[in-house]
Amino acid sequence: MGSFWKKIADGMKKTRAVFTANLQQVFQRGGALDEAFYEELEEVLLTADVGVETTQALLERMKALARERGVSEAAEARELMRAAAAEVLARASAAGPRAAAASTNAAAGAGAAAAATNAAAAAEPRVILVVGVNGVGKTTSIGKLAWRQTRQGLKTLVVAADTYRAAALEQLAVWAERAGADLIRSQSGADAAAVAYDGVRAAMSRGAQVVIVDTAGRLQTNRNLMAELTKIHRVLGKALPGAPHEVLLVLDATVGQNALSQVASFREAAAVDGILLAKLDGSARGGVILAIADRLGTPVRYVGLGEGIEDLADFDADDFARALLEPLGAGGE
Amino acid sequence: MFEALAGRLEQTFSRLRGRGKLTPENIRETLREVRRALLEADVHYAVARDFVRDVEQRAIGAEVLRSLTPGQQLIKAVHDALVELLGGQTAQLAHSHEIPTRLVLVGLQGSGKTTTAAKVAALVKKRGRIPLLAAGDVRRPAAIDQLQRLGVQTGVQVHAEPGEADAAAVASRGWDQARRAGVDYYIVDTAGRLQIDEEMMQELERVCAAVRPHQILLVVDGLTGQEAVAVSEAFHRRLALGGAILTKMEGDARGGAALSIRAATGVPILFVGTGEGLGAIEPFHPPGMASRILGMGDVLALAERAQGAVDLEEAEALRRRLERDEFNLEHFLRQMKEVRKMGPLEEVLKLIPGLGGKLAQVPIDGRDMARVEAIVLSMTPGERRRPEILNGSRRKRVARGSGTTVQEVNRLLRDFAEMRRMFGRMRKGGKLPGLLRGR
Ligand SMILES: Nc1nc2c(ncn2[C@@H]2O[C@H](COP(=O)(O)OP(=O)(O)OP(=O)(O)O)[C@@H](O)[C@H]2O)c(=O)[nH]1
Ligand SMILES: [Mg+2]
Repeated sequence: MGSFWKKIADGMKKTRAVFTANLQQVFQRGGALDEAFYEELEEVLLTADVGVETTQALLERMKALARERGVSEAAEARELMRAAAAEVLARASAAGPRAAAASTNAAAGAGAAAAATNAAAAAEPRVILVVGVNGVGKTTSIGKLAWRQTRQGLKTLVVAADTYRAAALEQLAVWAERAGADLIRSQSGADAAAVAYDGVRAAMSRGAQVVIVDTAGRLQTNRNLMAELTKIHRVLGKALPGAPHEVLLVLDATVGQNALSQVASFREAAAVDGILLAKLDGSARGGVILAIADRLGTPVRYVGLGEGIEDLADFDADDFARALLEPLGAGGE
Repeated sequence: MFEALAGRLEQTFSRLRGRGKLTPENIRETLREVRRALLEADVHYAVARDFVRDVEQRAIGAEVLRSLTPGQQLIKAVHDALVELLGGQTAQLAHSHEIPTRLVLVGLQGSGKTTTAAKVAALVKKRGRIPLLAAGDVRRPAAIDQLQRLGVQTGVQVHAEPGEADAAAVASRGWDQARRAGVDYYIVDTAGRLQIDEEMMQELERVCAAVRPHQILLVVDGLTGQEAVAVSEAFHRRLALGGAILTKMEGDARGGAALSIRAATGVPILFVGTGEGLGAIEPFHPPGMASRILGMGDVLALAERAQGAVDLEEAEALRRRLERDEFNLEHFLRQMKEVRKMGPLEEVLKLIPGLGGKLAQVPIDGRDMARVEAIVLSMTPGERRRPEILNGSRRKRVARGSGTTVQEVNRLLRDFAEMRRMFGRMRKGGKLPGLLRGR
């Protein structure tokens, strides 16, 4: 009794310390791309939450790339891995439902500019709906998104459609103020869909250019709450035909394989077309988005990198793929 | 996803069927699937690997029990080892003689600390003790408001100092208040933080130094992946955790984090959070958790129940008959009696992987069973052996004799034919449910 877990714990500590060093050795000694090497790589991917299936797919792809490019040195494997991962991610963003046109990537300029012209021409706001399970970082991310818009001179309005969680409204109000955005509120306990509807109508009458709707966190297995989300989505379209123009699912970077179930369910309930991966400033690497891209084809649009209002970045597939292998380079290079 | 997994295990096991002994070969093959199941459940890579290795060593050379197939025995060994790993000793919320008992809740951002703090307070209150909550999250916007509202909802007092930026000072003055008020439990909520955030981890150390908690509880999101190890190790190293609480477990998360935390730190899991309501907190239950992590539904519960109830020779004979496609109504009758010994039929059916989903919708209750039995008993032995000879007039007679209607007789015969077809399909796919596979 008791000694069993201890044994496993001890073994684990050792292997984990050894493991990073091992991989570095593999790279440094410039060994061959052999099975032993791939096994170690498998470990890196699995511990980054990439998942069994996608890890296998990535390794297969790497092997194919190695053959194609005539690579046999482990030292060059990092580039192969990056390429294989980037391929999977690129496929997802190409396949994303309203991929390029719907992107609000402000840094890229195009999206926001288009939104701005569009808004100016039609006096119709661009509506972004933000959804996700409890505590993933929706409200904080909305603060950051709103800040992006206002910083570009876009009149932005956030809608507090989380009418469930205690003090959710107060929290969003703080972020709205920090971001210089207007806030549409109603009493807690009110119907979330009604609040969302009123929010968009208010935005239209005030001439806002961007509307961001916060929703209560919910587990994807809760049928009633998922039905509520579908209703919110529908009602937004009633308030303004074509809305919501973008639906973002916020995922916590520490999430494991359950993220697949989250994406599938939220997509069904609310037509999610992009992911915001929050809390990537920790040590979790969010590898599950590779599994999502591979198996479900939903692309990542943004990453959250801290609790400050500026801690939001556009997702960059290459950077991400590189960071995934970070432990390989730790101390080296 | 669950079903697929159970199916894969079934397949592997079916290859083990009929062998009298576990060879290193078939052990390894089965354990490969177990390892995969663990990884898909988010058990940490190294934990899964070492766990499987350990079970392998135990299993090789182990004697095969007469009552189980080798495959069942192996999976039982896996399950037992998991249960052992998940919670050798049963863990409790601290209760000190010094008043008040002090608890501090810590964890990453968004793991559910504030809600859990209120749940623990509600639990303590339900046990007839008086709690006081302290709002030690001085960082997240409106976190103090949130805890105060939850306090009102549960009728628990909250010590809060809006505007004060020093969490340790808040926690310390809260303790004073707790002492003056003479409460039994003092429960401190803290801000979420990343375990790699040095400054914030130091703040936590200051809070704990100020409060000298009897138990520090790590609140972990049940949806967490591989990171559960790094997180729990880091918090444990700095703070000496006394327990962990896994949240958001009412969903479909497999909860491998529980195993990772336990293996990495030895810290016991005390509770699981199972909903947003403040009563939604349950004691941690290692056997249920082990089955959940393995993704086998309650196959094991079934195996155990079946073990107690089913006549082994009878089951083996049934299996042979099914394989030869000789299953008739007489066997059906006998089988039904066996199944009834295991408990309510609906329950039993739900426990069978692959079957549960489909049959769960069929409303079968005990009363139906009695009628079915009456119908079969009203048939002649010849009719039971060869149901196809039951023509219209025979059916009428059977209905009269059993006090049922011809429609009911027809339905039973239809169901029976369907059941036979289903077994036929399963036989071809090598997927007879373990229960029926003989042991
Ligand atoms: N380190 C870090 N923390 C974050 C990030 N995004 C959000 N958080 C924190 O995560 C916690 C939860 O964030 P919220 O924005 O309240 O999450 P939510 O999804 O709105 O939560 P609910 O509305 O309760 O479902 C807060 O403490 C945030 O400060 C991020 O990118 N990095
Ligand atoms: Mg929120």
